Amino acid sequence: MTPTPLDRLARATPPSMARRVRGLSDRTIAWLFVAPTIALLLAINIFPLIWTVRLSFTNFAANKPNAEVKWVGLRNYERILTDDGIWATMQTTAHFLFWTLFFQVLIGFTLAWLINRKFKGNDLLTTLIVLPMMLSPAVVGNFWTFLYQPQIGLVNYMVELLTGTPASSFSMLGPGGLAPWSIVIVDTWMWTPFVMLICLAGLRSIPDYIYEAAEIDRASKWRQFWTITIPMVLPFLMLAVLFRGIENFKMFDMVTLLTGGGPGNETLLTSIDLKREAFEKWRTGYSSAYAIILFVTVFGLASIYVKALNKVKER
Amino acid sequence: MKAGYLAAASAMALVSAVAGRADADDLTLCWAAWDPANALVELSKDFEAQTGTKMNFEFVPWPNFADRMLNELNSGGKLCDLLIGDSQWIGGAAENGWYLKLNDFFAKESISMDDFAPATVYAYSTWPKGEPNYYALPAMGDANGWFYRKDWFARPEIQAAFKEKYGRDLAEPKTQTELLEIAQFFQGREIDGKTVYGASIFTERGSEGITMGATNALYAFGFKYENTPGKYDMEGAVNSPDAVAGLEFYKELYKTATPPGYDNAYMEQSLDAFKSGQVAMAMNWFAFFPGLYADPNVGGEHIDFFVNPAQKVPASTLGGQGISVVANTDNMDGALAYIKWFSQPDVQQKWWSMGGYSCHNAVLNDPGFKDSAPFAGDFLEAMANVQDFWQEPAYAQLLLAMQERLHNYVVADQGTAQEALDGLIKDWTEVFEDEGKL
Repeated sequence: MTPTPLDRLARATPPSMARRVRGLSDRTIAWLFVAPTIALLLAINIFPLIWTVRLSFTNFAANKPNAEVKWVGLRNYERILTDDGIWATMQTTAHFLFWTLFFQVLIGFTLAWLINRKFKGNDLLTTLIVLPMMLSPAVVGNFWTFLYQPQIGLVNYMVELLTGTPASSFSMLGPGGLAPWSIVIVDTWMWTPFVMLICLAGLRSIPDYIYEAAEIDRASKWRQFWTITIPMVLPFLMLAVLFRGIENFKMFDMVTLLTGGGPGNETLLTSIDLKREAFEKWRTGYSSAYAIILFVTVFGLASIYVKALNKVKER
Repeated sequence: MKAGYLAAASAMALVSAVAGRADADDLTLCWAAWDPANALVELSKDFEAQTGTKMNFEFVPWPNFADRMLNELNSGGKLCDLLIGDSQWIGGAAENGWYLKLNDFFAKESISMDDFAPATVYAYSTWPKGEPNYYALPAMGDANGWFYRKDWFARPEIQAAFKEKYGRDLAEPKTQTELLEIAQFFQGREIDGKTVYGASIFTERGSEGITMGATNALYAFGFKYENTPGKYDMEGAVNSPDAVAGLEFYKELYKTATPPGYDNAYMEQSLDAFKSGQVAMAMNWFAFFPGLYADPNVGGEHIDFFVNPAQKVPASTLGGQGISVVANTDNMDGALAYIKWFSQPDVQQKWWSMGGYSCHNAVLNDPGFKDSAPFAGDFLEAMANVQDFWQEPAYAQLLLAMQERLHNYVVADQGTAQEALDGLIKDWTEVFEDEGKL
C-alpha cells in the first residue's frame, strides 16, 4: 500500500517529539494548532472592537493624553443619530452604493453575457476589459481628475463635441450636482470588470445539456434566459453585489482623490467623514461611536443579505 | 556550521538595522515640502560645517503636512528633533507637552524675543497667546499676498479698455472692491489669442485652503473671531454684517472671476494657473514669491506683487511658522544648538537672501530691506497687519468646521453667507463647550 502523507509525516517525526505528542489527545493537538491564530484574531480584531465600544461611551481624545477621560454614557450616540450632517452623509453613501451596484451589475452582467460567446479576439477583449480593476485607486482617482478637468479634460471635450455645450461651462467635480454622479461613473468604470468576471464564472458553470434540453422542449431564447441563465447566475451575482457593496460602503481613497468629499459635502461618504472625525478632529470617543453605528449597520445588512443568498443557493 | 550561519546572519541583520537608523548625534528637521524648505537645506549646510552635526530633513507636502506631523507628535514618534510647525498648532503642542518650552534656554543663551518682529513672536511662539511662554523661535514669516501680470496691466489696449469701463487707470488694487473689478475685467478676455481669467484664489476643501483664502477677504472687511479677545463671545463678531459682506464678496470673486473648474484649489493650483498664463492675478503665500520672481516665463518683468488690499481695515491672513524642539527628541543638545545657531542675525540675513522670510529685526529693520526684493516692502506691510486663525488646542476641529461651512456656501451654493456664519458659530460653540471653555 502506498504510504499517505500522514504516514510519511509520522515516520519523519523525531522519536523525542513523537514521545511528547503521544500523550496528547487529538483535540488538544487541534487546539495547539489553532491557538496562535485565535490569539492573533483576539489581539487584532476582537480586542480593538471591545476597546472601541468602551471608548464610544467616553469623551476620549487621542491627541490629549493628559486630559481627563469622562464617561458620557450614550451622549456620543445621541449626538450622531440626531446630527443632520451625518444623516446627509449616510444619504450620500446610500446614493453612491445604490447607483454603483446598479450600473456595475447591469453592465457587468451584460458584458459577461456578450463575452461568454465564442468569437475571435475573445481573450484579448476580456483582458482589455479587466484592465481598470488592476489599477490602483490612487492612480484612477488622479487620472480621472484630469479627465474631468473642464478646460483640458476629455470628458468635457466629448460633451462639447456631442452636445455643443461649452466645455468650460460646467465642472464634473464641481458645483451643480454632477459630482455625486461623477464618482459613480469612475467607480463603475473601475469595478464593472470585477462583476463581469464573477458573472462570467457563473455563466460558464451552467452545463450545456440544460440549454440543449430546453431547446428540445422548444423553449425560446428569451425563456431560456429568464428560467435558466438568470436563476443559475443569481448566486454569483449576489456574491458580487455583496463584495462590491461592502467595498463601496468603506470607499475612501478614490473619492478623496477625486473630490475630497466636496464640493461642500456633496460627495462626503461616511468613511471620509469618519476619518475626519477620528484623525483630523481627534474626537476619538465620538468617532468610536460613529464607527460602531456603521459596523452594526453593515453587519446587520450583510447578515440579512447572506441569509437571502443562502436561500437562493438552496433553490 | 548551521549555528555559524545563523550567527553571521543575525549579526548582519543587526548591523543593517543599526545602519538604517539615523545616528543619535544627527538631527532631523521636519517641515512642509515647498520652496523655503529647499532654501533651509542649503542654509543648514553652514550649521553642519560648523558643528559636524549631520542634518536630515523630512518634508511633507502641504495637504498632508498637518495630518502627518500631528500624528507623529501625538503618537510620541521620534522622527523629528526639530519641527517647523504651523502657527495654529502651538496651543495643542504646548498643552500636550509636544514642544519644549524654550524660556530657560533663551535666557541662558541670551536669545531675546525683542529681537524678532512682535507679530511673529505673538503668532509663532507664544502660548497662551501673548503670554511670555515661548515654544518656538520665529522661523518663517509669511502672509497671504497677491501677484499679477504686470506686462498685461501695462498694455495700452488693456489700459484703454479698463479706463473706458471703470473710469480709472488699471493699477494694483487698493481695495477689495477694486480687486474684484480688475479680476472681472480680465475674466474671459482674449490675450495673445488665448482666453484668460481674472484671479486664482484658494477654494480647497480638504485641509485649510478655502479658510486661508476667504479670511484674506473676511479680515479686510472687518471680520473678528470674538468681541472680546479671550472670551469666546463670537455672536456679532463672526457673523457681523461686515463678516457677511466679506464672505459674499469672496463668493462673488469665486463665481465671477476664477478659471472654470476652480472648485478645489490651493497653493499648487494657484501657482499652476498663474505660471500657465491662465490668470491675471493670483493669491498665494509670500513664501512662493522669490520662486515666482525667478520664473523664466512669468517672473522678472512680467510679474509684480501687492499686499492684500484693505476694505474697511488693512489685513492679511497669517501664514508662517516657528521652529520648535520636539520634547521627546533623543538629541536635545543638538536641537537646541541648531535653534541657537539659527537665531543669529548673520544667519537670519543669509536666510532671507536665500529665499526664507526672516522675522529678525536686524533683517527687517535694515534700511536696504525694502529694496532687497520686489516683494520685500509688501511683505513688511502685510506682516504689520496680519491676523491668524484660532490657535487653540482644538484648532483642527475649528478649522474643519470653517472649511465645511465656507465650501458649502462659496463653492457648493448652499444657503446664504449669514447662514454659513451663524452655523459656524454653532459649530465653534460646540467645540468650545467640549473643551470646557464655554
